[in-house]
Amino acid sequence: MSLASLEWGRTNPTGGKARGFSGLVIDMPLVVLLIATASVGFVVLYSALGANTGLFLRQGVRFAFGMAAFFLFSQVPPRYLRIWTPWAFFLGVALLIAVAIEGEIAKGGQRWLDLGVFTFQPSELLKLAAPMMVAWFMHDRPLPPTFLQVVTMTLIVMVPAAMIAEQPDLGTAMLVIAAGGLAILLAGISVRVILASVVLAAGAVPVLWHYMRDYQRARVFMFLNPESDPLGAGYNTIQAKIAIGSGGLFGKGFMNGTQAHLEFLPERSTDFIFAVMGEEFGLLGLLLLLVLYLSLVGRGLWIASQAQDTFTRLLAGTLSLTFFFYVFVNAGMVSGILPIVGVPLPLVSAGGTSMVTLLAGFGMLAAIGGHRKLLAP
Amino acid sequence: MPLQTTRLKDHWQEHQLFLTRIIAAAVIIVILSGLLVARLVVLQIVEYDRFTELSQGNRFRLEPLPPTRGLVYDRNGLVIADNLPSWELVAIAEEIGNLDATLKQLEALGLVDPSEHKSLRDLVRSHRGFERVKLSNLTEEQAAIFAVRRHRFPGVDIQEALSRHYPFGEASAHAIGYVGSISLQDLERIDRSDYAATSHIGKTGIERSYEGALHGHVGYRHQVVNAQGRVLFDPSVQNQADEAEIAGMPKSKQPLPGNNIVLSIDMRLQLAAQAALGDARGAVVAIDPRNGDVLALVSTPAFDPNRFAEGLSRQDFVALNTDPDRPLFNRALAGTYPPGSTVKPFIALAALEHETIAPEKEIYCTGEYHLPGQTHKYREGRGGVHGNVNLHEAIVRSCDVYFYQLALDVGINDLSAGLKRFGLGATTGLDINGEQSGVIPSVEWKRRQFQHREDQVWFPGDTINTGVGQGYVLVTPLQLASAGAAMAARGKRFTPRLLIGTEDGVTREMSWADPVPRPSVVGPTDEQWTFVHEAMVGVTADPRGTAHTPMKGTGYKVAGKTGTSQVFTVGQDEKYREADVEERLRDNGLFVAFAPADDPQIALAVVVENGGGGARAAAPVARKVFDAYFAAEGYVAREP
Repeated sequence: MSLASLEWGRTNPTGGKARGFSGLVIDMPLVVLLIATASVGFVVLYSALGANTGLFLRQGVRFAFGMAAFFLFSQVPPRYLRIWTPWAFFLGVALLIAVAIEGEIAKGGQRWLDLGVFTFQPSELLKLAAPMMVAWFMHDRPLPPTFLQVVTMTLIVMVPAAMIAEQPDLGTAMLVIAAGGLAILLAGISVRVILASVVLAAGAVPVLWHYMRDYQRARVFMFLNPESDPLGAGYNTIQAKIAIGSGGLFGKGFMNGTQAHLEFLPERSTDFIFAVMGEEFGLLGLLLLLVLYLSLVGRGLWIASQAQDTFTRLLAGTLSLTFFFYVFVNAGMVSGILPIVGVPLPLVSAGGTSMVTLLAGFGMLAAIGGHRKLLAP
Repeated sequence: MPLQTTRLKDHWQEHQLFLTRIIAAAVIIVILSGLLVARLVVLQIVEYDRFTELSQGNRFRLEPLPPTRGLVYDRNGLVIADNLPSWELVAIAEEIGNLDATLKQLEALGLVDPSEHKSLRDLVRSHRGFERVKLSNLTEEQAAIFAVRRHRFPGVDIQEALSRHYPFGEASAHAIGYVGSISLQDLERIDRSDYAATSHIGKTGIERSYEGALHGHVGYRHQVVNAQGRVLFDPSVQNQADEAEIAGMPKSKQPLPGNNIVLSIDMRLQLAAQAALGDARGAVVAIDPRNGDVLALVSTPAFDPNRFAEGLSRQDFVALNTDPDRPLFNRALAGTYPPGSTVKPFIALAALEHETIAPEKEIYCTGEYHLPGQTHKYREGRGGVHGNVNLHEAIVRSCDVYFYQLALDVGINDLSAGLKRFGLGATTGLDINGEQSGVIPSVEWKRRQFQHREDQVWFPGDTINTGVGQGYVLVTPLQLASAGAAMAARGKRFTPRLLIGTEDGVTREMSWADPVPRPSVVGPTDEQWTFVHEAMVGVTADPRGTAHTPMKGTGYKVAGKTGTSQVFTVGQDEKYREADVEERLRDNGLFVAFAPADDPQIALAVVVENGGGGARAAAPVARKVFDAYFAAEGYVAREP
């Protein structure tokens, strides 16, 4: 209940105002937590970019766009989200096909569509659209799902995921599978089915291995034994661990990370920014960041638990759990407990479309929380 | 579970199910977060000391060290290509108070180009505070100017490096070549890691062909950087190197200096030839007939190779490259010229060998020659009427009419072969790049050369032109000198070479290269060689000889042959009058010679473009080179 901050209007379960003073849905706990997390991110990113103000400002612009998306989606009644879901999903799949065809013509891996003004990665859209489609599919069916329904939902997730993996973008494919999978889990499939799919997944490993590119296989090898090639593929892991470990409890101080600033740490402004945080702000800095992330997840789960129909419950729950999944995969990879996959640290890593999709997702969460009373019977 | 058809949505039950899942998820999240925190505690608290040590170890960075480029010496041990210390002005941003003001003051002292003020300022600002950013190259004088004012410029420093220097400048340009900044094309022909610290690479001439020997091999050392990243060199401290090894860094390695090389070039001859050519466009190549050593290789106009080593602006390069006199063009190797009458001794030798003509047989020269049944006039090249001439006189006085007839009598096949066996019309294999092959025409050559059938026919007129080194014949000065050397050595031939010795950069061990023989010219008898040699001596010694005047009063006996080749064709009924002809259309002057005639030590070829004639333009150049050679060797050159 500590997170509910009940005074902040709309989400007050005891009733209160139906909307913010101007009739807008504004989920204050989410807004405060998002801005707080992003602010911590900005501080670390400024250091990780070597005080390059140009790149830093671009991240600011991305965050502004993301927050705009957040407020925009906050206003959409979940009913409309549900109605749009199939359209968004099939548009995403169609765009994936378009990208694949274009990539075929360009004779190489292709992930984005060039829309003239900017490039767009359809796989980003599917990170939201796939779990939404699962929620849509289940929304008027009784829970828990039947076996056939589970198969259908699995197809909904795996078809686009396979297309993304083929691009090849294993990281995003994995995130789509995770989001869709979490939606299916939340839908209430039985423990037996969960166990069976774990066995199936284990069986799929050799197949997956077959389809992996060399660099992807190298990452797996390096995860198993990073010290075997300290200047080659294992370099990232080793340097990240050195960065975090040498940060200690209090860190080396803002802009004083030698690993980051002497350029030992690769991809320090993107996938490995967690290590910069650990080096410069120590264990305490990382714990602060972790608390902020968990608060966001907690707020999301709270909204999910209060949601009143299957679609919004599944969507809210999936969005929250997926967010945690991002954080855990990135932090786990940088600190060496998971293999290296290209997953950015949400709200902190420099990056384009993922920031917007992420905040759009939080906008949906806010909308589910904010419009709850309107949908209630 | 009940049958599907009986299943209804039970909202309360579904909500309970969902809440259970959410709670389960929350528990998993707590467990995973705990796992992550535990991992971080292990890294940052438990193993803090180990990782701190490793991060210290990371402060050792590898710095590639450039090898010292080998020096180039002439045959007497004079340094032709040297490494001199050079100075760079560098800025360290964090130590500079006001960057703009500092730059302005440096500009006022003339140490930094004011037109680059803005770009330099941005350059310094785009680097991290502790990095050294190069502002400009300094001359020795500028370095001195800065050194006395250094205290006024905190954060500005002088950095020393070695850069290539060519003490003889223009005089050595075409033989030695030059080094320049490594370009993208260069990167394709080198081992990049070996050039990690090298900024310059041989672009032309000796610098290019012996790049592998001169360059040496890159070394590495550890750069010790403090927590702020400032570089503190201390590779000599042993325990620090050990620490670096713990962090997985490779060991230090000293760079291996490049080899020094000794060239066959004699700078005294090179300078004499350069001076003798003066402002003229032309080339001189001198070769030792006993071993193929190239004693001089000069092409004028030349350029200052130091400018390339220092870095030439694009504008200056374009200016050099588009200069109508083509200073970058190496005429000695790549300039192809009709050899004119310089081919006559070689043709005479072929005629004697095939007994085409009795040497004493006389032909009456009227100054004109007609093919039987044709009206086309083949004119005496330099005009005049020689009257009755035999073979000896025809060489001495350079009678074209005699050689028109002789060429027809020898026939194109033997004529062509008689020139080719001396290496004319083919690259000589000199050890630097850029040689052109030229042309010695033959019936077969003409058939291959032209597309249309009517152009492929070999006419008697073509034979006549070939007989006086005109028409299709094209040779380079290097080929002519090499052929002259073979003539001097009575058929013994060598591949011309510039490199005669290599001194190992590490062991200082000297190794000398053996001369590279080529197939000799074996046909002619000793008397036939002597006959031609005597005729060539006549050219300089006989008062009627074409090169008598420029060679008057030498203390050594010179055998030579002048040549004059037409750059454009004189009309049938016109006379060639030099004054009427634009400078660039005037005849080229050539001279091929060797000395001393009875014990040849030096053979040379001179070409002077648009000089007007071999006797007047080219032979005096040869005289000065010979004088320089024999003055050095102890011969006394008497003034006429």
